[in-house]
Amino acid sequence: MTSAMVEARGVCKHYAGVEVLRGVNLTVNRSEVTCLIGPSGSGKSTLLRCINHLEKHDAGDLRVDGQLVGYEARDGKLYERSDKQICIERSQIGMVFQRFNLFQHLTVLENVTIGQVKVKKVAADAATKRARELLARVGLDAKEGFYPSQLSGGQQQRVAIARALAMDPKLMLFDEPTSALDPELVGEVLDVMKDLASSGMTMIVVTHEMGFAREVADTVYFLDSGVIEESGDPRQVLSSPRSERLKSFLSKVL
Amino acid sequence: MSSDGGDEVKVVPVRHVGRWFGGAVIIVLIGMLGHTIISKIPTGQRSCETVGGVRACHPQINWRFSWNIVFHYFTSSEILHGLVKTMELTVLAMAIGIVLGVLIAVMRLSPSRLLSSPAWSYTWFFRGTPVFVQLLFWFNISAIYPTLTIGLPFLPVTFLHLDMVTLLTPFTAAAVALGLNEAAYMSEIARSGLISVDEGQVEAASSLGMTRGQSLRLVVLPQAMRIIVPPTGNEVISMLKTTSLASSIGLTELLGAATNIYAANYEVMPLLITASLWYLIVTTVLSIGQFYLERYFGRGALRTPPPTPLARLRSDLRGIVSKFRTPRPSVSREALR
Repeated sequence: MTSAMVEARGVCKHYAGVEVLRGVNLTVNRSEVTCLIGPSGSGKSTLLRCINHLEKHDAGDLRVDGQLVGYEARDGKLYERSDKQICIERSQIGMVFQRFNLFQHLTVLENVTIGQVKVKKVAADAATKRARELLARVGLDAKEGFYPSQLSGGQQQRVAIARALAMDPKLMLFDEPTSALDPELVGEVLDVMKDLASSGMTMIVVTHEMGFAREVADTVYFLDSGVIEESGDPRQVLSSPRSERLKSFLSKVL
Repeated sequence: MSSDGGDEVKVVPVRHVGRWFGGAVIIVLIGMLGHTIISKIPTGQRSCETVGGVRACHPQINWRFSWNIVFHYFTSSEILHGLVKTMELTVLAMAIGIVLGVLIAVMRLSPSRLLSSPAWSYTWFFRGTPVFVQLLFWFNISAIYPTLTIGLPFLPVTFLHLDMVTLLTPFTAAAVALGLNEAAYMSEIARSGLISVDEGQVEAASSLGMTRGQSLRLVVLPQAMRIIVPPTGNEVISMLKTTSLASSIGLTELLGAATNIYAANYEVMPLLITASLWYLIVTTVLSIGQFYLERYFGRGALRTPPPTPLARLRSDLRGIVSKFRTPRPSVSREALR
């Protein structure tokens, strides 16, 4: 078993003739925060979605926690995993979406318990206890009886983070978690993520928040047109970019 | 502004002449309707009686709508039995329609053409032929299928062998015909509900590790219900009335009971009114049930749930009271000069 949490070697993905990922190599170590930056359409979200098998990659070797995503290598053959096995894999990876995607018909508390009860088969009272702890951690313990539509965007995103954490994931994926938020609400979500990072969670964050990347990330990857253009320590990559593409990208977002 | 007389400013509200005129016309029309409903007319017969050796005759009069006959039969056992049959048939046909309809909707949304095409064809066929024709068809199906044998095609394997003549009573034929027809409409209603749920909801469910079935059952369907319930309520009410077609294949449901009675006593109109009143009562009860069902499935979708009928009545009454109070804007006399 390798020590890296996520290992991508030559990962490719195309939709209807459009090459979205063209041989991506990436390594995410345990307890590290990795930020993926790049222009829209560069394949950042697709890469993230391949990691928890919401999308199926076409080629390359993609491993999470040493296991191939979607396949099992046995007797020199690759066996495609069953839907049930993929569900188990996914339940160990938390995901936070740009548009929050909270379950609209459930209260805040029910949003955080449903995965524990229905997928992990945790007893209802234990799930509720755990959900309350997590809601307190994201500062929303007073809102447990509210419906998502009654909360601000920032509050919804913090509930979404609590919902993902409730599954005790070994890896958390964030897909532009602050892009749909009013500027004044971005800070509260980033604070929760910083707290999570300092607790040792392995995180991959697709973001346009360069300040967050610089402050929290251990490694930053710059994706452009489906390939990793540049990567390394955020202070170095973001302060003194080598490639022209990254220079022009940074001059637009900073 | 102080309210002690002198300082008060008189406000002249706008007069809506057209609205007042229209209201007056409506009130007269309602009065005419009320009058005719409770009016009495001569029956064309004379009733004679002999009192103290003197025979006196006078023309008989009765309610125009024969309310005495309407209410005589209103709670008669034939009519009540018919009502029960109507409701049983409605429940059974809707149950078939909803279960099969949701199944067809899910098939229709399947990426497999082998599943989606039959679902499309089903809807095409059952929506494209009149429900009355389908009813007659199922009632007479034993003409082409005297027995029903279910097995594998072209192979000597049979699972089930049924005698259609005894199986298809008017009730079962009507339940099958109306249920299968309803499934076509329900599948479209269910499909519109399912596709109205944001794709992000399914992705979030998958990311928690839910299976496709779990995400459909726990996440998509409960939210689709908000879209599905109102037209389904419509369908239930529509079905309640459509069951009256079954009287033509000899089922003694509500209309069938009424026709049986008027075939014997020729009181056609009063018995049609009796049946209509029962249909109205049941549809009213169903509408009230639909309101609360919509409120339940709408939870979380709206910041403030719609008021209950009682709350709405209270606010209407408050509105009428406030109509008679002229609003008084706070304008000082000085400002008017």
